[in-house]
Amino acid sequence: MTFLEVLYFIVPSAIFYAAPLILVAIGGVFSERSGVVNIGLEGLMVIGAFTGILFNLFYADTFGGATPWLALVAAMVAALLLSLLHAVASISFRADQVVSGVAINLLAIALSLYLVKKIFGKGQTDFITERFARYSVPVLSDIPFIGDLFFKSIYNTSFFAIAVAILAWFVIYKTPFGLRLRAVGEHPMAADTMGINVTRMRYIAVMISGALAGIGGAIYAQTISNDFGHATINGQGFMALAAMIFGKWHPLGAMGAALFFGLAQSLSIAGPSIPYIKEIPSVFLLILPYVLTILALAGFIGKANAPKANGKPYIKGER
Amino acid sequence: MSNRATNILVPLVSVILGLLVGAVIMLVSGYNPLTGYTALWNGIFGDLYTIGETLRQITPYLLAGLAVAFAFRSGLFNIGVEGQLIVGWFAAAYVGVAVELPKIIHLPLAILAAAAAGALWGFVPGLLKAKFRVHEVIVTIMMNYIALHVTNALIKTVSDGGDRTERIFTSASLRSEFFQNLTEFSRLHYGILIALMMVGVMWLILEKTTLGYELKAVGFNQNASEYAGMNVNKNIILAMVISGAFAGLAGAMEALGTFEYVSSKGGFTGIGFDGIAVALLGMNTPLGVIFGATLFGSLKYGALNMPNEAGIPLEIVEIVIAVIIFFVASGYIIRLLLLRAANKKKEAK
Repeated sequence: MTFLEVLYFIVPSAIFYAAPLILVAIGGVFSERSGVVNIGLEGLMVIGAFTGILFNLFYADTFGGATPWLALVAAMVAALLLSLLHAVASISFRADQVVSGVAINLLAIALSLYLVKKIFGKGQTDFITERFARYSVPVLSDIPFIGDLFFKSIYNTSFFAIAVAILAWFVIYKTPFGLRLRAVGEHPMAADTMGINVTRMRYIAVMISGALAGIGGAIYAQTISNDFGHATINGQGFMALAAMIFGKWHPLGAMGAALFFGLAQSLSIAGPSIPYIKEIPSVFLLILPYVLTILALAGFIGKANAPKANGKPYIKGER
Repeated sequence: MSNRATNILVPLVSVILGLLVGAVIMLVSGYNPLTGYTALWNGIFGDLYTIGETLRQITPYLLAGLAVAFAFRSGLFNIGVEGQLIVGWFAAAYVGVAVELPKIIHLPLAILAAAAAGALWGFVPGLLKAKFRVHEVIVTIMMNYIALHVTNALIKTVSDGGDRTERIFTSASLRSEFFQNLTEFSRLHYGILIALMMVGVMWLILEKTTLGYELKAVGFNQNASEYAGMNVNKNIILAMVISGAFAGLAGAMEALGTFEYVSSKGGFTGIGFDGIAVALLGMNTPLGVIFGATLFGSLKYGALNMPNEAGIPLEIVEIVIAVIIFFVASGYIIRLLLLRAANKKKEAK
């Protein structure tokens, strides 16, 4: 393979792997910016993937080509409902947010596998028939180099994920809602004094994170795995969490980190067929995202600072 | 109601609520909860063999619970028990197959290797927390995945491209003929004694040593400990190292007792995460960990009988465990409700 061929192969596949990560990481940004740690992203992704596949299998005949998109909506709703559980526990019941997140992760995988076994009588679902189609953007894909790199046989979902990231940046940094969200996560008491309803803001933020994680999970399931089993979502949620931190709790940073992790993932899978890369044992590419996140947190790659009130329940009237 | 009473009531109420939620889910999805829970009961206490296997399952839960609880007492959340357990598992199995030595040297060596590997895996987040104030939760999560991929790669190297190591030499094995004869040839092994001993060790460290006093002080209030002249950073690192060593020992139980080999894994064992549940339920005390581990170990092993006997997917028990964690974590609301109930009783009098 020439260098260009490698590039044409690796870049689209990196974007392909990154799309679900971007969405889930953005979900994490919303939740943590409001001050609620969301370790449960993994579980929310699981529920999204499960619901997406289930909807796709059941309604493929009814909706035809639109099924995958409608499945995203179903996945969004399901994950949003599950995220409410996390919200109630960590905001209203003042539970330890990390513990509640762990419970969400356990619950999601257990519940969806329980239902898979109940419905299909085996450990994983059938394969879906209606999938997201790859397509080439007209005109843009004819641009030399850039067209081949970014616009040829690409998934719509990738554009969707990038659009959501940009939208999230706009919402968090350019709207009153975003200002309130950040205020609640940095100094809830000050925000409360200014008349912002801290509890409501945090509920909304956690629900957004649930919705986005659900969509991310369903995209992963419907583009990469095409069925649902116990190992369908196996750490992608935590990788998204890592992307969020590596991106310093900033939507565009998280997107960049997710794209980078997508690259690492696609390299670890496609590596053996690429010169130079195949010399590197795949384990280094597999652990790269996690190692980088630790280094970023330790301040070796710029300092990553969490929102000040992240992880602390807000108790009115407490100094 | 006294504080102590609510402290014990919250876990109890949570367990009952968890089992109730499980029953409702079974009912809604068309199974008979009574048949389900009977199958669960039989899966735990059915005969001597199942009792032996249940005890065998409790063993790593004891150590994983100790690991989480120990870190909690020092104000640290070690969510990386899973990764520390995996590296401990590998280290013990590697020592078990790499050399053949007299049992009196080989077995302790393999156990120590597991503890050391786990301790090393705990040292990294401890060091980063102490030196750079990096939150240990995120680092330990990342370390879990690093452990998973690295051990898988190492297993491949050690076994010449295969996905599991050879069986360990009997000189490194924890298997016990005595226990096997007692329990109709279950895989119950001497590890349970080690685990129980470690419960004592944790109690000893926390309650009877200066180190334990300092660790608890750091857990309560870092600033106060600092002003009292304690070395907070050293204590943070030590807490993570000891916690990691406990987790590594849990891995040794699997490597030297239950399986006698290590195979590459597609995902986590789950024992480490359940350790969080064990510690929470046990209120992070050594004695509490015994109760927590007994409950979750039994549930986990008993669940295996549910598909056979009642046709119910065993994941129902995972759901129950998740719900229990959820309720224990939301202890505040249960406390509030208990308090209200108690006050009402008072008023009625």
